[in-house]
Amino acid sequence: MLKLLKTIVSRPSGAIGLGLTVFHILMALCAPWIAPFDPTAQNADAILIAPSAQHWMGTDTLGRDVFSRVLHGGRLAIAVTFSAAVLATLWGGFAGIFFGTVGGRVDEYSMRIVDAFLSMPWLLFLLLIISIGGAGPVTIIPTLGFFYGVAVLRVIRGAAMQVAARDFVTAAKARGEALWPILSREMFPNLSDILLVEGAMRWSWMLLAFSSLSFLGFGATPPTPDWGLMVAQERGLLSTAPWGVFWPCVALSSLIIGINLLADAVGKALGLDRATAIAV
Amino acid sequence: MTKPLIKIDDLSLGFTARDGRQAPILRGVSLELRAGETLGIVGESGSGKSTVALAMMGYLKSGLSVFRGNAFFDGHDMFSLPEKERARLRGSSIALIPQNAGQALTPTLKIGQQIDEALRLHTDLDASARAGRVIELLSRVRLPSPEDMALRYPHELSGGQQQRAAVAMALAGNAKALLLDEPTTGLDVTTQAHILEFLRHLAQEMGVAMIYVSHDLGVIARVADRVAVMYAGQLAEEGPTREVLRAPQHPYTRGLLASIPRLGEPGIPASMPGVPPAVGSELTACAFADRCDQVRPECRQSVPALLETPHGRVRCLFSNDPGQPRETTIRDPQIKDARALTLDQVAISYSKIGWFDRLIGKKDPTPTVERATFGLKKGETLGLVGESGSGKSTILRAIAGLVGTQDGSVTLSDGESLAAPVNGRDRETLRRVQMIFQNADASLNPRQTIGEILATPLRLYFGLKGDDARKRAEDLLEAVRLPARYLDRFPGQLSGGEKQRVGVARAFAANPEVTLCDEVTSALDVSVQAAALALLTRLQKENGSSYIFVSHDLAVVRAVSDRVAVLYQGRICEIGPSAQVYAPPYHPYTSTLMGAVLEPDPDTAPALLANDMTEKSPPAKGCPFQRCCPRHMGDVCDTEVPPARDLGTGHLIHCHMLPEQLVRSADTSVDQVPEEAAENAMA
Repeated sequence: MLKLLKTIVSRPSGAIGLGLTVFHILMALCAPWIAPFDPTAQNADAILIAPSAQHWMGTDTLGRDVFSRVLHGGRLAIAVTFSAAVLATLWGGFAGIFFGTVGGRVDEYSMRIVDAFLSMPWLLFLLLIISIGGAGPVTIIPTLGFFYGVAVLRVIRGAAMQVAARDFVTAAKARGEALWPILSREMFPNLSDILLVEGAMRWSWMLLAFSSLSFLGFGATPPTPDWGLMVAQERGLLSTAPWGVFWPCVALSSLIIGINLLADAVGKALGLDRATAIAV
Repeated sequence: MTKPLIKIDDLSLGFTARDGRQAPILRGVSLELRAGETLGIVGESGSGKSTVALAMMGYLKSGLSVFRGNAFFDGHDMFSLPEKERARLRGSSIALIPQNAGQALTPTLKIGQQIDEALRLHTDLDASARAGRVIELLSRVRLPSPEDMALRYPHELSGGQQQRAAVAMALAGNAKALLLDEPTTGLDVTTQAHILEFLRHLAQEMGVAMIYVSHDLGVIARVADRVAVMYAGQLAEEGPTREVLRAPQHPYTRGLLASIPRLGEPGIPASMPGVPPAVGSELTACAFADRCDQVRPECRQSVPALLETPHGRVRCLFSNDPGQPRETTIRDPQIKDARALTLDQVAISYSKIGWFDRLIGKKDPTPTVERATFGLKKGETLGLVGESGSGKSTILRAIAGLVGTQDGSVTLSDGESLAAPVNGRDRETLRRVQMIFQNADASLNPRQTIGEILATPLRLYFGLKGDDARKRAEDLLEAVRLPARYLDRFPGQLSGGEKQRVGVARAFAANPEVTLCDEVTSALDVSVQAAALALLTRLQKENGSSYIFVSHDLAVVRAVSDRVAVLYQGRICEIGPSAQVYAPPYHPYTSTLMGAVLEPDPDTAPALLANDMTEKSPPAKGCPFQRCCPRHMGDVCDTEVPPARDLGTGHLIHCHMLPEQLVRSADTSVDQVPEEAAENAMA
């Protein structure tokens, strides 16, 4: 584990990715203690103040401190999307390994259903489900988890098919192993790396999706500080008070870039580990 | 003496670690090559043979750097030239023929177009002149009907034809030097023999210099004028092929030659114990000292220098001491009369037609394997030998239950049927049949420790867990001569030979009655192969297990088998006791196969059919070998299944010809095949 971390940091992109991700998670965790103002406290005397020594990132239309709101703004998004990413990785990963191992008709028919899901405009579906189930983590987490899990399934199934074709899986089948030991002992350990990277990638995309939902009014609800919602509320003032839109965007993008770089570096590090193990 | 075209001088190269430590792959190698000469570079995996060949062409694999020495190509100091200049030189005067020609050719372009492209890059010919040159090149590499070949796509060519097309493309640039890196390793023996003959003539005809890299001394013996034996990144020995192979000076060369199974000698060849020093490690003594059977204290004091001998060079202080000749071990099988396994008229088919095709009156395709009938006695080894597509592995997979049989019966000693595939067999039946795979690398889960790998069958078949399983796993490792500390290692930390030992141990964990060996040594180096064969033989004697040993290598099959079945297109051509199958009278196909075997002796030439064979599916009726048979007799071969002629002691030859006629045929040259018979086979 420590060796993996070292390999990740040895690359500039990996170091930046890890740094950004850890920074954001720390900020989200510590926001209540480090934020100078209450993120929901309105101040009629300090509406739309440009960034200053007191309000580092200025204030919004209701006089709330943008810096404090940006600090808090990732909390809900990170918590919701991380849970959804774990869910997507678990179910997509399991189903992908299953179908990739079993193959044959079961796989063939299931993949057509997967194709059907992948061809749907998922954002519209999300909106539909949320309007029925109501906005809130209870609806959003399973919904995001399900839709993104379909994509995970597709990727993992492809990788699983390659692993399933290797002789050690054939050997397990010839030995008469049942399906579950084959999935858990032979297949999963050889796919855990790719699953980890895939999960991290989906997480970053989910962050974007959640912020889009908030922007559209289906994610976080006011007055919760949330990056997507902040952009939505302040977008009318983009020309006169751009700080209300600019800073949440910076926060969101930097987190997404960070996770992407990190996932990439983890993938490379795991791949490299394997290459050196074979070379020695 | 003419000036050498290629010269490398005291060349050392390798990796440089971050802390500045140098890990050499080549250690001070000096070699020369003249135009029209062929240099064979031979060595085991990790010996640096490919690296030295590439370096002679001024090429380094990425991550490598030159520590010391030079490489001269045609007077240019390759490693001091700027990269651009070097690339230009390589492009115009050096050509590389890779191991897999099928992958080197672009699948979406016709052969003619690809050669035309190479001509456009390297010559100033106009379009019509190029078109003529394409045909000329294709006929130069002796592809039949070159005009037609130019219009084909790579996948429409057989493996051997693809390799020829790749050579034609290499010649388009007027290359002065050809580098061939194991170009025939993936090919069948008969195809390989044809390609080698062709390359030999080509080198003489065109006057190009060739570097031929191979692990196979039989191949080197056919093509090379000089041979360089690499060991641990050093030259162990270098000299004219005949002298090196006939009177090897270095103990490593001697050991290598002794470890090759020979067609004419039954028994397990002597193996070389130990492993070469790790790539990049520091040498303070003779690199071979730990494996040498005539090592003396002086050998461990310093790295021996390369000494001049009357014919070449050798890196050994005591090269004039011939040492003890290594002896082959004659097997002493304990065969019982009872049968362990019986196959009766087994047919196996991979593809079945769908209901729609059946509706419109199509018939099932000819089965991949048909009429497979043989018995396997307890304690006996049956060798299945044949080229790719002969169905030998398919039969193994059917016995293991990985593919279903279409017809016939497979039964174990007590009559237990193996007709059902894996998921229809009970655990005890599964235990009795175990398989060892060709590629140990792929058959061991890289994420499990050796202990976990060995514990799996113990848990599955005997319910052993925890300490009991670990104890038994230790015993198993000891049986395959691996230390118990390996239990906690991962397969990636083991050498190829050690991995295959683990594969063997895993099969024996089940204490099987029948062990199926699928090309188990073909991925191993020869010195390791001999040890693996000896291990299998010893375990058989200790456990009384029966083996079915599948291989494309006739000499290996001869070394370990009591009886042999020769397969062609999924049909048995000949079956019987080894000594009789490997002696006349032969089935015409057996004789073709035997003729193509390459012995590590420059004075034995293979006997070849007029053209290499390319067939895709077995014929619907008649003899399976009808389309390529040098002894084809007419209609009867095309229409009737040949009878099994019993020559006594269970030696059966499936041929319309009488045994007396077959004996006579062994004397006449098989080179007189009518051209059209071979041409038909191509279609």
